[in-house]
Amino acid sequence: MNDHFEARFAAVGGQGILLAGDIIAEAAISFEGKYAVDSPTYTAQVRGGPTKVDVIIDSKRIEFTRTTAIDFMLCLSQNSWNRFGFDLKENCIVLIDPSLVFEVDEERYRVYRLPIIEITKKGLKKMVYTSAVSLGAMAGLTSYLKPDSIKKALLKKAPRGTEEPNMKAFDLGFEAVRELMK
Amino acid sequence: MAAPYTKYLRMNRIPHMWCPGCGIGIIVKALTRAFDALEWSPDDLALISGIGCTSRAPGYMNMHTLHTTHGRAISFATGVKFARPNKHVVVISGDGDASAIGGNHLIHACRRNIDMTLVIVNNFIYGMTGGQYSPTTPVGARAATSPWGNIDIPFNIAELAKGAGASYVARGHVGSGVQLERLIRGGLDHKGFSVIEVLSNCHTQYGRRNRLADPIDLIDHIAKSTVNIRKAAKMSDGDMEGKYFVGLIHKDENRREYCKGYEQVIERAQMSK
Amino acid sequence: MDNTDKKERQVVFWPGNIVAAEAAIAAGCRFFAGYPITPSSEIAHVMSKRLPEVGGRFIQMEDEIAAMGALIGASLTGEKVLTATSGPGFSLKQENIGFASFIEVPCVIINVMRGGPSTGLPTALGQSDVMQARWGTHGDRPVIAITPSYLDEVYTEIIRAFNLAEILRMPVYILLDEVLGHLSERLEIPDPSEYELLERPRPTVPPEEYKPYDSSFGDVPPMADYFTGYRWHTTGLNHDQTGFPTTDPKICQFEEERMERKVSQNLDKIISYDEFMTEDAEIGIFAFGSTARAAMVAVSDAREKGIKAGLLRAITLWPFPEEPVRKFSKQVKGIVVPEANLGQMIYEVERVIGCNCPVVGVNKVGGVPIYPGEILAKIEELA
Repeated sequence: MNDHFEARFAAVGGQGILLAGDIIAEAAISFEGKYAVDSPTYTAQVRGGPTKVDVIIDSKRIEFTRTTAIDFMLCLSQNSWNRFGFDLKENCIVLIDPSLVFEVDEERYRVYRLPIIEITKKGLKKMVYTSAVSLGAMAGLTSYLKPDSIKKALLKKAPRGTEEPNMKAFDLGFEAVRELMK
Repeated sequence: MAAPYTKYLRMNRIPHMWCPGCGIGIIVKALTRAFDALEWSPDDLALISGIGCTSRAPGYMNMHTLHTTHGRAISFATGVKFARPNKHVVVISGDGDASAIGGNHLIHACRRNIDMTLVIVNNFIYGMTGGQYSPTTPVGARAATSPWGNIDIPFNIAELAKGAGASYVARGHVGSGVQLERLIRGGLDHKGFSVIEVLSNCHTQYGRRNRLADPIDLIDHIAKSTVNIRKAAKMSDGDMEGKYFVGLIHKDENRREYCKGYEQVIERAQMSK
Repeated sequence: MDNTDKKERQVVFWPGNIVAAEAAIAAGCRFFAGYPITPSSEIAHVMSKRLPEVGGRFIQMEDEIAAMGALIGASLTGEKVLTATSGPGFSLKQENIGFASFIEVPCVIINVMRGGPSTGLPTALGQSDVMQARWGTHGDRPVIAITPSYLDEVYTEIIRAFNLAEILRMPVYILLDEVLGHLSERLEIPDPSEYELLERPRPTVPPEEYKPYDSSFGDVPPMADYFTGYRWHTTGLNHDQTGFPTTDPKICQFEEERMERKVSQNLDKIISYDEFMTEDAEIGIFAFGSTARAAMVAVSDAREKGIKAGLLRAITLWPFPEEPVRKFSKQVKGIVVPEANLGQMIYEVERVIGCNCPVVGVNKVGGVPIYPGEILAKIEELA
C-alpha cells in the first residue's frame, strides 16, 4: 500500500472544516505513528469565504509541505471547488454534498454525492457536526487511515460534552457512505 | 555645600551644551527640585528622552538615563515602566519630538494612562536641527522653513493630552520656576499618565527670527502671554486671544492606571490555570 | 544513542507561530510588545494568553515602532524580550532595531516573511526580507538572522536565538515565512533538561566603577539591569565606554569595530547549517527556510535520476556561512539557489565563491512556494 496520502477539505469559512483537517492529522500522528502536515488557507476574510485545509500524511518525515497529488477531497461549496479543485490525482476520490456542489469533473475523478448537510440536520440538529459527519464519510470511502484512529482523534479534539454527538455524527456519515457505495 | 538637588545631576558632565540663557536649565532645575521634594532615590528613577535639545537633558542627570530615537521616548519608557511598575519613569521631550514625530505615542500613552510623567519643553521651534517650524509654532511666526510666515495652525499640547485621556495635565513656563516645580511635583506624585507642558525660550532659533533675540526679552514675552487658569475663568474670550493658560489644567484620580489594570490580567490568567 | 535517562518528550501538532511563541516562553522570555500584523499575529495571540500565566507581561502598542521601543525598554530592566512582525512592520521597526544594536540590548525579533514589497501579499509566502535583515537599518552593525526550515527547528532555534541575544548583547532575528508560520507538523518538545538557558553578562564591579561599554571585559561588556544600583547612561549617538556621546574618530572606529567583532569572532557559536547528501555531490543547492524543504525533495529526485545532487541548508543566514559555501563550491560543478524572491542570497553565494563554479537561481514571487520540480529542472541544466 502506498504510504503517502494527501487530502483536501474545502468549504466556506465557518463550517468547521479546518478542524476536520486537524483531526485527520491527529489521527495519523497519535494513533498510527505517522508524520503529517496541515496547511490551512489563510485569508484575511476567512469567515464566509472559500477556505480549505490540506493534509499530507506519510510514514516518513514530510519535506515538501504543499500538495501535489491529492488522493481525497471533500468539498462543501461550488465556489470552493472552482477555487481549490486543482492538484488532484486522476481518480481522486471527491466527496461532495449535491445540494452545495453542482459541477465537478466526473470524467477525471471518482465522485461521491452524499447529502452531508441534510444528514447532519436530521440526525444531529446542529450544523457544528458537519465535520464529524464528513470525517465518518471519509473513513468509509478511504482506507488509508483506520476508521478507529479517526474516531479516537475526533474524541481527543472534541470539546468536552460533545463526545457522544460527535461519535453519532461520525457513524451516520460512515454508514451513509457505505450505503452509497453498495 | 551643594544644594540637595545636585545629587540628581552628573556634575562632571557640566558645562552643558545648551545656549547661554536657554530655558531648559530652568526646567531641569525644577525637575530635580521636585525629585528632591518627593525624596525619590536616583536608583529608582529612569529618565528617558528622544531627540532634540531638550532630549540631551538625561545626559546631565544622575539616574538611569536613556537617550533614544526621535519621537519614540514614550514607547521606550512604557517598556521600562511596564516591566518594573514599582519604579519611577519620567520622559523629557521637546515640542517637535513629542507632538510631531512622537504624536502617536503621546496620545496613546495618555489613553493608556500608564503611571509616568512627561515633561514637554515647548519652545515653539525645532532648535537643534536649525530652527524649522514645529506643531506649536504660532501662525505668522518666522522659522527656517517658514521664511514667509507660518501658516500651520498649532496644537494646544495640554488640551491634546487632556482630550486623549491623560489623567494629570498642567502647563507652566520658564518665567516662573517655583510654580513650575510645583506643577511637575504634582505630576510626579500623581498615579497615572501626567503631562506637564512647559513654555520655554529658544532665543537662538525662535527669538532671533521673531525680534526676540535676547533671552530675557523672550522669557518676558512668554510670561506676559500666560494667564493663570484661575484668573482665566473671569476673562473674556477677546482678552484670552493669543494667551496660554498656566496652572493645573486637569486631574482625574479615578481613571484606571495601566499597570494596575494588568495586575488584574495576571490574576485572571493565573486563576484559570 | 543512549536514551536511558532521557525524559519523555511531549509530542504536539501545532502551527509554526504557536511553536514560536511556546519556544520563546521556554527560552525564558517574559515580555512581549507587538502590533497586529498578518501573518505573524498568532504569536501575539499566544503570548497575550501565556505570558500572564507564567508571570510575564504582554503589551500591544500603538504601532510597530512603539513595540520595538517598549521591547528595548523592558530589556534594559533585565527581561528576556520578544516581538513578532511581518514585512511592513519589519520596515517600520528598522530605526529602533538599529538603536538596539548600537546600545547593545538583547532582544529577539521574529519576522514571519510574507510576499511582495509594500503591503504585498499579507497571507502568502515570501523570503524577500533577507537582505533587509542584513542591511535594513542605516549604519553598520552586526547581524544575526536564523532561518529554520522545520517546526522542531523553530523551537530549538528560538531558544538558541535568545541565548545568542543574551550572551552577545544584541538583537537576533528569526526569519520565518508564511508557510512555516501556518503549517502544523508533528514535533517533540525538548525537555528543559536538554538545553541550557544563558544570561547576559552582568557587572561584577561596584556601581562607581561600572562602564556600560567597558571593553576590558572583552568584546561583550557586562550590562547592568536598571534599578539594581547601576545608574548608567546610553545614547543612540556614537558613544564611548562610559555610554556618553563622543565624536572622537578613533573611539567611534574602535567601538563600531568592537561591535562587529561580537559576531565575527564568535562564528563557531553562531553559524549553523545542515548538509544533505553533500559528500559526493556534483551539483549543489544552497537553500534556507521553507524553500529548503523543496530542495531536499529535489536532491532525492535528482539522485533517483542518477544525478549526484546535494544540499547545503543555511540555518544561520547571517552571518553568512561563508566557509562551508566556499568549500562546497570547490567540490561541485554548479550551485542552484532557490529562494522565494527575485534573487537576494544568490549575490552572497556569488560573492563568497568567486569564480569557483556557476550559480543559478530559482526565483519565485507571488506567494506560491517553489516546487521540487522547479529546482530539479535547474539541477538537470547544470548536470
